[in-house]
Formats: sequence, C-alpha cells, structure tokens
Amino acid sequence: MGTGGRPRVIALDSRPRLAAKARIRFDRKTARYLLLYPERGLVLNPTAADIATLCTGEHTVHAIVERLAEKYASQPREQVEREVMSFLATLAERGLMQGEP
Amino acid sequence: MSDEYRPYTLVAELTYRCPLRCVYCSNPVDYGRHTDGLDTADWLRVFREAEELGVVQLHLTGGEPLLRDDLEALIEGARAVDLYTNLITSGIPLSRERLARLRPLGLDNVQVSIQDVAAPSSDRIAGLRAFERKLEVARWVKELGFPLTLNVVLHRENLGHIEEIVALAEALAADRLELANTQYVGWALVNRRALLPTAAQLDEARRASAAAHARLRGKMEVLFVMPDYYSEFPKACMDGWGRRFLVVSPDGLVLPCHAAHTLPGLVFENVKDRPLEAIWRDSPGFNAFRGEAWMPEPCKSCERRAIDFGGCRCQAFYLTRNAAATDPACSLSPDHGLIESARQQALSAPDGGFEYRTPRPAARK
Ligand code: SF4
Ligand code: SF4
Repeated sequence: MGTGGRPRVIALDSRPRLAAKARIRFDRKTARYLLLYPERGLVLNPTAADIATLCTGEHTVHAIVERLAEKYASQPREQVEREVMSFLATLAERGLMQGEP
Repeated sequence: MSDEYRPYTLVAELTYRCPLRCVYCSNPVDYGRHTDGLDTADWLRVFREAEELGVVQLHLTGGEPLLRDDLEALIEGARAVDLYTNLITSGIPLSRERLARLRPLGLDNVQVSIQDVAAPSSDRIAGLRAFERKLEVARWVKELGFPLTLNVVLHRENLGHIEEIVALAEALAADRLELANTQYVGWALVNRRALLPTAAQLDEARRASAAAHARLRGKMEVLFVMPDYYSEFPKACMDGWGRRFLVVSPDGLVLPCHAAHTLPGLVFENVKDRPLEAIWRDSPGFNAFRGEAWMPEPCKSCERRAIDFGGCRCQAFYLTRNAAATDPACSLSPDHGLIESARQQALSAPDGGFEYRTPRPAARK
C-alpha cells in the first residue's frame, strides 16, 4: 500500500504480473486494447498495451523498459522508462497488479 | 449508430427464479409472469450479437443464474467471443465441484452477495437461511483461484456495520467490495419504509467506507454507491438510457435497464424476433429516452443534462406516474417533495415489517 499518497517506488528487478482479475482484449471498434476487470475497463494506448502484455511475471521491469526502448527507438530512453514506471504505478494503484510491485 | 450509443455491458438475466426472497430485490414485482423463455442456443446467439455490437463485459445474473443447468455452456460460449464474464450469484445452490468446473471454462470473476455480517440479520433480509453457506462459497471462490467480488446492498438495518463488513471482506480476501445502497425500484420500493436510512446513518457509513477505501487502495477495491434519495442530483442511471448497457430479461426482452419493461406504454422487442443490432438501433423503447428531445423542464435547460441525463426513468414513473418526468431525486424537480417526505419518514422507526419477494404480485402500497 502506498503511504500517504507518496508515489510508489517500483524496483527495476521486480517482475510485474497483472492481477488475476485483469484481462487484455482487443477492441475492434476503436482499434485499441482494453484492460478489463470487474465492471470496468481501461482503454490502453499502444505503449500501455505493450507494457500490460509484458506483465506476465516473467519479465523484470528493466527488461520491459529495454523491450519498449527498442520498439520505440525514436523516443529517448528516459521517456520510455518514465512511461513504463508511471503506467505500472497506475496499475498498482487500481489493484491490477498481483502482490506488491 | 454513433459511438454515443455503444453498449459495453450485457446484463444477461438468465432467470428470475431464485431460492432467496430478498426484501430489496430489484427484479420486477410481477417477475412471476416472466418465464425462462430463452434456451442455450438463444443465449449464445445473444452473446455473439452483443459482442459484435461492442459489448466487452457480460454479467450472468438473474434471479439466480446457478439455477440454469446450461450455465457451463453459456460461460464457455461467452468466453469463445472473449467477453469478460462475471457470475453474479447468491451462491445458492452451489457445490464446490460445480464451481471448480467453471474455472477451466474461463469464468473471469465471481460476485457473491451477502446481506449483513451475521447469520440472523443477513438471513432475515434474504428470507432464507443462507449466510453460512454464502461464506463457504466465497471461500471456495478464492481457493479455486477466481477473483472475488463481495456485494452488500445497504439499508437502515446494516448501514451501521460497514467496518465489520470490510473486516469480513478482508478475511475472505475479496478483490472488490461493493457497498451499494438500495435503489428503490422493484421489491425495494415495496419495502422502502423499512429500508430507507436516515441522513445521519448514511454520513457515518460513508465516512467508514472512505477510510476503508483509502486504507485498502491497491489491495481491495472498495466501492460505496450513494442512494440518490440523499444526493442533490440524481445518478446517471445506467450511464444514460440506451447508451452503454443492454439488459436481456429471462423471456428475451431487450431492455435499457432492469425495470424498463415495467413502464407502461413503452414497446420493447424480443431477441427471438429480430437481431440484437436492429433492436438496439431502432426499437421504440430504446429510442424513447435517448437524446434530449423528451426532456421536460427543468432538465431541458439544465447544464447537468449531459451528465445525469435527467436521472432514472423508472424512479420518475414509480414516484410520479410519468416516466418522462425529471427524476424526483433531483433537488430541482417539482416533485422533489416526494423524496423529502420519504426522508422525513425515515427519521421515525418503521411501523411495519418486510414484504418478502414472492412470485405473487405484491399489493402495491
Ligand atoms: S436480490 Fe435476492 S432474491 Fe433477488 S435475485 Fe438476488 S439473491 Fe435472489
Ligand atoms: S434538472 Fe434534470 S438534468 Fe438538471 S440535475 Fe436535475 S435531473 Fe439532472
């Protein structure tokens, strides 16, 4: 649990995994991926969809950043890392991560 | 049809039958008239057509969906079209073996309702000795690896127990806790005098759930749904009529909400007669309250009309006999006195008991 609204610190060597209740599916109507959970859904932008897909418990945060930096080579690496961190924090905040990140 | 009208959720009311007799049940008071008219193939077609329309969430509900012996086939079919499938159940009747069979079929989430935190008070609301069995089912849900939503409908008899309810949800390792204040339609309206809380009770409960919400953030989602009898403005009922939700009744009527078919003068169609897409697009019942043309004053010129869509059509009808009236729950409604007098009544103890849900139409009060 985050203490007093301080942003979570996500360790680079942790292996994030989506909570059991969360599931990704493609939405033909909007051509976006959705992250579905009970009664709700998050519309994912392409980067978020890539990150969520890699949250299987096998890849470290570091590895996820590497993958994305490779795929979005035109963007500065720090920006990619920031995006990964903030999206993982959002997921954790909403209880969409398994265990503590 | 534009994105303004895209259904995301299909509420499949598989049957109105239920072994419980909850005094707040949202099924129509005359639910006994609606039989289970859809077979397995009908429902599977509804799921496929709903998915094509844009639906991604499926609620298998009722009544009690476990009473359908084709529930397994329905879950399998729902997952075949990639719907996020949520079983909404009282947990009765269910064996651990049957629940275990639903797991490999792809059921995504199980929502179990309890009525209070102890057997006597919970069973009194449910009209059946069920509490201990429900807890057992909730434990199986987690043991078998499903996510668990615990749902508790709130009213004057259990609003004081929020902290105990939260503690129970934590002990059960629920992933989501829904603390949903009673909506006064269906049987809840029949029993309103015995259920409606006071403002003081609500404030206290709201504080307790806000504290739990903050403490459990990231671990358990705690949701508190205010009753609109105590809000300044009504809720956007169903996110607006015919915008985001499709409800299919046990006999196959396609509806914008659980109670729409009880409103006189509206025509709803049956999935057996036409494709779902055509019904969603141009059935007169769906179009009756879409957009703003139907709105009376004060809604018509109100800046909140795109936020709450004028409130609940069923509530408007049941309180004023006019489904096109501004929801009396709104403080701007000319009929708001009806809500104020109900609140006033809540300050004194109820003078009667409960009327339990039964298939015989209840005497309307
Ligand atoms: S509210 Fe109670 S009686 Fe109504 S369907 Fe649900 S469990 Fe059954
Ligand atoms: S007047 Fe109508 S639109 Fe305005 S807040 Fe009340 S119900 Fe909503």
